[in-house]
Amino acid sequence: MKNCKSENLVSRRRFLAAAGASAIALPRWSFAQQKVIKIGFPTPLTSPYSTEAQDQVNGATLAVEEFNAKGGVLSRKIELLARDDQLKPGITAQKAKELIEKDQVDFMSGALSAHVQMAVNSQTKPAKMVYISISQANAITAMPDWSPWTFHEAFSPHMTTQAGGSWAIDNLGKRLFILYADYALGADLNAGIERIAKEKGATVVGKLPHVLGNPDFSPFVPKILASNADVLVINNYGKDQLNAVKDMHNFGVKKKMKIFFPLITFTGREDLGPVPYEEVYGGASFYWELARENPSAKRFVDAFQKRFNRPPGDYAGYAYSAIRLLLQSVEKAGTTHADKVAAQMAGATYDTYKGKQWMRKCDHQSFQDWYIVRSKPEKNQKGKYDVMDIVAKVPGSEPLERSCSELGHKT
Amino acid sequence: MAGLDLSLIASQAFTGLGLGVIFVLLAVGLSLIFGLMGVTNFAHGSLYMLGAYFSFSLLAFTGNFWVGLVGGALLVAVLGIVTEVVLLRPLVGRSSDHPLLLTFGLSLVLVEAVRLVWGKAGLELNTPTSLSGAVNLGFMFFPQYRLFVIAVTALSLLALWLFLTRTNVGLIIRAGTRDPLMVRALGFNFNAIRTIVFGIGAGLAGLAGALVGPLGGVYAEMGINIIIESFVVVVVGGMGSLLGAVVAGLLIGEVVSFTTLFAPKFSHLSVFIVMAVVLILRPSGLFGESGLME
Repeated sequence: MKNCKSENLVSRRRFLAAAGASAIALPRWSFAQQKVIKIGFPTPLTSPYSTEAQDQVNGATLAVEEFNAKGGVLSRKIELLARDDQLKPGITAQKAKELIEKDQVDFMSGALSAHVQMAVNSQTKPAKMVYISISQANAITAMPDWSPWTFHEAFSPHMTTQAGGSWAIDNLGKRLFILYADYALGADLNAGIERIAKEKGATVVGKLPHVLGNPDFSPFVPKILASNADVLVINNYGKDQLNAVKDMHNFGVKKKMKIFFPLITFTGREDLGPVPYEEVYGGASFYWELARENPSAKRFVDAFQKRFNRPPGDYAGYAYSAIRLLLQSVEKAGTTHADKVAAQMAGATYDTYKGKQWMRKCDHQSFQDWYIVRSKPEKNQKGKYDVMDIVAKVPGSEPLERSCSELGHKT
Repeated sequence: MAGLDLSLIASQAFTGLGLGVIFVLLAVGLSLIFGLMGVTNFAHGSLYMLGAYFSFSLLAFTGNFWVGLVGGALLVAVLGIVTEVVLLRPLVGRSSDHPLLLTFGLSLVLVEAVRLVWGKAGLELNTPTSLSGAVNLGFMFFPQYRLFVIAVTALSLLALWLFLTRTNVGLIIRAGTRDPLMVRALGFNFNAIRTIVFGIGAGLAGLAGALVGPLGGVYAEMGINIIIESFVVVVVGGMGSLLGAVVAGLLIGEVVSFTTLFAPKFSHLSVFIVMAVVLILRPSGLFGESGLME
């Protein structure tokens, strides 16, 4: 009996030793075996927003590469699966579904427009998958679309207009004419501009809608000119912005009024140059020259410049920040389990690329600084990407956003 | 107040003219091709887009706007000629669905090819500096470049009209539109005529693209929407009718312009409303001959 037991003991010891040895040998072997962490990333690579979409992909790629260079997260490599959503909600929903079911992604980010991100969310929400949205929308943080797994790294159109509209009314004039893209973003921005105008005693003297992806703004010009407004507020994005500026400039609209873009697209200014953009103002979440004073921005801009040979745009910033926050949260949670990662993200305070930000717990809206920029005059411009002067900073604050009870959350 | 309104109406009308001429350039080519060849050219939007790209690259290469404009249009005309000889000619005698499907497929191929060569993001260019000022029309300042586009369209139409009415080839083309069988029976080289017509149509589309590039930007999808509106113009004007294409193109330009003023939400829908009304009242279009579609 005794013998038998000791033999047993010996063999158990041997077994443990063998197990220990293999445990030491294991990590290298298991790194290859472990499943990669996949992040789905639908974005409109062929659309009027294609330049900014590529900027998003670049920002996200940089974040993923930085984590992979450190050995991944939870000893697992990270993979970004970018898909062209063509800026169409139907196609986006289908691509998101494929990413979830066929590619079996762990998380979702991406999309670049208010209505298309809702299509992504419509797929991630029932799948109980963490989706961190990186473009503007009001509905994404509000009930009934919000979910415990839905996060919003980008500014909301509401905050954008409260921050920027207030500055424009104080500095550019009180009679506003609104030209807007006729879809969710335009509607959201309009509502915000009208709200702040009322609050500040300014007047909206006229409004004109245009289709998303409008190549010619000339038919809008006569009515805008006849309005005698002080400021033309243009609530659109991407190529639509650039084409609008071009026509407003060529028809002499700027001789009569200033142009303010609550959400300005830098690439338009890069491509068209200083002359059409003279006296054009706008709002942005990030501009690369922040790197001069902000150490986080400097680290991000330098790394991006090195990798892609140009400075990042604001949408690269959102994407970079979103992926970093997501992967940091996975690291902290020690798992890719959606509920546990979401719990880490909700309420998190972080500094990923431009200083302090925080993710409000009740609605998962990220709060951060906002900047008012003015197109740089030709004589001051140094190089293709030196296109803006930062004229004001609006510090991130929760009163700028709708309250959580207004958004329909239980508080 | 009345004076202000009148100048607003005049401004809107003139802007509408600027929009309309592009429709005219596209629709005349489409109508010419349909009239002679019976081909509904779905690749027309892609040819328009290629005109913009060719012109952009020639401008970037030579630094000369005129080389870009003329060269872009000519290159597309050459591409049109090659397309007709290599792809469309083998389909002569088959049902009209075949060239339709072929040109539709070709349009997709061209869009993808452009994305591969020039990238997905699209390109931007300003109006040439020599044409970047504005002209005082009394009721508004109108950009010189848009006046230039109107003038180029008018000159191209004049040249086309002279070609069709004053030259022998033009005479054969017009005869071929009426009765291709008889033209062939008289011993004319009808294949060559088809090639010339497709080349002219393609060249006009390329010219339109080259002209629009500095206005709306150059991108692979730029032909997708405008081709639908151009077909509407052709249908409203009457399939195969050149005069119809001109009148309907200008009409649609004005309709878009004035609905933007009075009911902006309907500015895109208005084009189709006009088409529906015209088709109910005149099933073969404003200047179309009945029986051509059957």
